[in-house]
Amino acid sequence: MVNVELVKSPVVRPDERRQEVDHPTSLVAAFGMDQPLRLDCGVDLAPFQIAYQTYGTLNADKSNAILVCHALTGDQHVANINPITGKPGWWQTLVGPGKALDTERYFIISSNVLGGCMGSTGPASTNPATGKIWGLDFPVITIPDMVRAQAMLIDSLGIGQLFCVVGGSMGGMQTLQWTAAYPERVFSALAVACSTRHSAQNIAFHELGRQAVMADPDWRGGRYFEEGTHPHRGLGVARMAAHITYLSDAALHRKFGRRMQDRELPTFSFDADFQVESYLRYQGSSFVERFDANSYLYLTRAMDYFDIAADHDGKLSEAFRDTQTRFCLMSFTSDWLFPTAESRDVVHALNAGGVRVSFAEIETDKGHDAFLLDVPEFLDIAGAFLNSAASVRGLPVVGA
Amino acid sequence: MELQQKVLPLKSAVATPAPRGTQDYRGDHLLVAEMIKPGSKVLDVGCGDGDLLQLLESRGIDGRGIELSREGVNRCVGKGLAVVQGDADTDLINYPDDAFDYVILSQTLQATRQPRVVLENLLRIGRSAIVSFPNFGFWKMRVQLLVGGRMPRTENLPATWYDTPNIHFCTIKDFVQLCDEINVKMERAVALDLYGRPLRLNAPWWFWNMFGEQGVFLLSRASKSSQP
Repeated sequence: MVNVELVKSPVVRPDERRQEVDHPTSLVAAFGMDQPLRLDCGVDLAPFQIAYQTYGTLNADKSNAILVCHALTGDQHVANINPITGKPGWWQTLVGPGKALDTERYFIISSNVLGGCMGSTGPASTNPATGKIWGLDFPVITIPDMVRAQAMLIDSLGIGQLFCVVGGSMGGMQTLQWTAAYPERVFSALAVACSTRHSAQNIAFHELGRQAVMADPDWRGGRYFEEGTHPHRGLGVARMAAHITYLSDAALHRKFGRRMQDRELPTFSFDADFQVESYLRYQGSSFVERFDANSYLYLTRAMDYFDIAADHDGKLSEAFRDTQTRFCLMSFTSDWLFPTAESRDVVHALNAGGVRVSFAEIETDKGHDAFLLDVPEFLDIAGAFLNSAASVRGLPVVGA
Repeated sequence: MELQQKVLPLKSAVATPAPRGTQDYRGDHLLVAEMIKPGSKVLDVGCGDGDLLQLLESRGIDGRGIELSREGVNRCVGKGLAVVQGDADTDLINYPDDAFDYVILSQTLQATRQPRVVLENLLRIGRSAIVSFPNFGFWKMRVQLLVGGRMPRTENLPATWYDTPNIHFCTIKDFVQLCDEINVKMERAVALDLYGRPLRLNAPWWFWNMFGEQGVFLLSRASKSSQP
């Protein structure tokens, strides 16, 4: 018997997790018809909502706010138990009491991106105009759109300037977009494992993932909620392919090698004989339980369209010319999704624009995912950068 | 060549390692810092662990750094300094003209592949450049080569010939000649002895070239009209 089911059906039904889409276990900033969001595609989106979490306390002069931007499949639950997965927040290595993003000193804000599926308006949300789920009727969004929505959230909190904007991968793209779009509103920026544009290879990987979703007959042209299906196989395969790009050859070899899964000999089948296969299938299965397939299409598309230089006649340095923001960029030696060379290009552009920038490359075999993991040198440098920015900003400093 | 110099109260350059107080900086660093006008924007090429940058920042100077070694960069960023990883030979080209008031190349010129190109880039990026380097004409070097017949090794340059990063040693005289060749104006020159103390000011070049363990030069672009 040959088992061809790569990705198991989700235990959490899509309709169950839809609770988080319209009525999230989070704070919600709702923007009415009078506050439309002008999208890059030309559509005015209204009404819409942004779901967010906060940690720590905003000080009296509102100068200690940090915005954390999440990556492609992240969410606003940075440092609390995730309501869907029941797992700890995805950036608890960096955010918490005494951590680099010290919740005892800073007011940390993290929001679900526009187009996401954890409470901010996206393709899984109910379209108030029709009472139906948006699906593919949702307008195609961009990274600048996400950042404009975040800026409206920050406005609604009465915060003029953020002490820092922090993010890795797609979160790093948002961070860089913040500094390009609102330089005076960003005192410092920490962008990790990212770039100011998505490379051809990365677009190619995203296209592979989208095609996997759309090739699943259960996708139903994006109307799977109405049809009572869920493209879990397609989305699972998309996640498996993407997950490989988040790791490195060395990390896969270290974790799994050619070891067999619960068996001594090959089964001469297409079952998951190898541990690495079993691991990937698990990654696919657990992902489809928490993520919306259409949201995955929209967010990968937003990353593909991202190119800050294109908005400045192809000159990246013009995007950052004379900004007063203090930058820190970091990359990881084994990251082949956003390799060091891309960060270095951004650094050159910042230098050419006369911007104050630090750049460190961290040696690790953990690949792109290193920014989410316990990599002490990365965490130490992040903390030191924030600490020095805090002292210039007149905020309390650790070890002073 | 006319040189303008000033005696400075300098600390020992190679003092025994001790926990560093605010005044406990290297002699050549203090000399460099003294050459820079407050409020300037400075790029330190090959900034190492960032000691000089920290000194400059403590004096209200906007300092940036480039460092080749990952360890050095990460230590600098950990100190809150604006330092990026880069190579003097390949990365200076990415900086625009006149981006800085001063560009510093401290004890790094001899380790570059193309010292002349690097020097030209320093004075393209910065309105002024400050260059310090070990003097291969220092008497101890000469004695080791003359008497011992082997490549010199000193307290400050202990590496053997086969593992040294220093591939383009020069003497103070050599450097002065290069500056003349590429139309660079020397605003100031100081030779330091083995302990980081400046040699006496009115000494002739041969004396500096013999007894200076390192040379520190403040350079600027020669105005084109004054050149033939």
